Amino acid sequence: MLRAVSWLVYVFLYAPIAVLVVFSFNSERQTAVWQHFTLDWYRVLFRDKLIGHAVANSLVVGLVATVVATVIGTMAGLAMARHVFFGKRATRSLLYLPVIVPEIVVGAALVSLFGFIAMRLSLTTVILAHIAFSISYVALVVQARLTGFDWSLEEAAMDLGANRWQTFWRVTLPLIAPGVLAGALLVFTLSIDDYIITSFVAGPGATTLPLQIYSMVKTGVTPEINAVSTLLLVVTIGLIAAAQRLETSRR
Amino acid sequence: MRTAPHSSSPRSAFLLISPTWIVLGLLFLAPLAIMCWLSFQQRGLYGGIEPGPTLANYVRSFESSYAVIYARSVWIAVATTVICLVVSYPVAYYIALKARPERKNFLLALVVIPFWTSFLVRTYAWMFILRDQGVINSLLMSLGVIHEPLPLLYTPLAVMIGQVYAEVPFMVLPIYASLEKLDRSLLEAARDLGASAAAAFWRVTAPLAMPGTVAGIVLVFIPSLGTFITPDLLGGAKGMLVGNLIQNQFGPALNKPFGSAVALVLTAFVLASLWAYAAWARRRGEELAL
Repeated sequence: MLRAVSWLVYVFLYAPIAVLVVFSFNSERQTAVWQHFTLDWYRVLFRDKLIGHAVANSLVVGLVATVVATVIGTMAGLAMARHVFFGKRATRSLLYLPVIVPEIVVGAALVSLFGFIAMRLSLTTVILAHIAFSISYVALVVQARLTGFDWSLEEAAMDLGANRWQTFWRVTLPLIAPGVLAGALLVFTLSIDDYIITSFVAGPGATTLPLQIYSMVKTGVTPEINAVSTLLLVVTIGLIAAAQRLETSRR
Repeated sequence: MRTAPHSSSPRSAFLLISPTWIVLGLLFLAPLAIMCWLSFQQRGLYGGIEPGPTLANYVRSFESSYAVIYARSVWIAVATTVICLVVSYPVAYYIALKARPERKNFLLALVVIPFWTSFLVRTYAWMFILRDQGVINSLLMSLGVIHEPLPLLYTPLAVMIGQVYAEVPFMVLPIYASLEKLDRSLLEAARDLGASAAAAFWRVTAPLAMPGTVAGIVLVFIPSLGTFITPDLLGGAKGMLVGNLIQNQFGPALNKPFGSAVALVLTAFVLASLWAYAAWARRRGEELAL
């Protein structure tokens, strides 16, 4: 009984995704009735300039946001795990805020800021927004990774004559690298998937892939959307599988 | 905990944390502060702002036409949470207590993977399934069960399905974590003392798994309150929720001051729910599971 219910839930979790993927190969355009196998929608997709542009924007935003947020977030994670400093409790709350505050509020607040300082909406504002909501995730992942970290290793390195910088690069970073990479992949996934916040702060010409898909979805369900969704699924699941392997390895 | 070697070096701590302070200060706290200020201003022509200060936006945000939207948002969030709980408990229970140990990680990963995939894509999948020419209606019509498509998409039911679909992993994981930690000998003891399986569950298992259950409830309820994509894509024109109201005021309605007030009301409600949860956990002496 319990087993059967669990199986049903798994079907509920995967059937919609499976249906979406299967019908991206269906030659019938209007209805969800299977005709025959085709790759036409993928061909249409690869020729679609708007989608190409959106993918390029998403990659730029995702890569820049990931690099910046990972560096800053890792530093914050180290500070939180290793140091006692003035304002640590407030900083902990500050780090939780972007995780807790609803995305719709974050987007509205950011666009209020950009309006207030008269900053034109563009790809830059999208990147800034993505950095802002990502830092916390990296910091929390790195901090979690550092609980139980054997700090005597750092001490040993310093006793053996390494300076702080060498100790960090040769001892600490390699040990926390899986956590840092997992955080980076998390940020990249959040970034290339974000619709709500991006929709508030994207300027003209700064359409990212989710924005593009959203406007396509709003105009009507088409097999091209199934195809682009399938590709997005493959990329995100691939990234997550990679992150999982990094997380579990060397634990 | 092992002590950190230079835990007492305030300079390196400051160097490590100050970028976060600067970025989150400028791009998180400052925006919230500006939105707070905006919420006390008046709406100007063409989306402009007339200097306030006024409480009119807050007063307006509690008028009955908006109270309906809040009520609907709370109702959808509550229903989503309840359905998630009912759907997730058996799965969490099965993985934690019944599945073979070597399969646990795999079964858990299967629950988590959909969460990692695009929210937008997952919501679109339901549009594809529920619409008039969608999978369900096409199937039922080709089988001759119905002759007219059932109105499934653009209904509160569709919003709930989409929302439950998105939030199930957040319910399964904390409940699983609680059940996994549970001392099984207590269950055996209950059975040995003559408790039925149901009694053992309600009197032993469920109370012991309460921390994870409540954490799951919070984790599902809070994002559901502020949800935007599911009602926008799956809900009908009459199904506006708080998230859509905020977006609408910042977008087509050109009324940022009012949108700000509503956004802050939502934030206050979210923070209050979390605060209540934290207070509950602290009273029980539980570690926060969030």
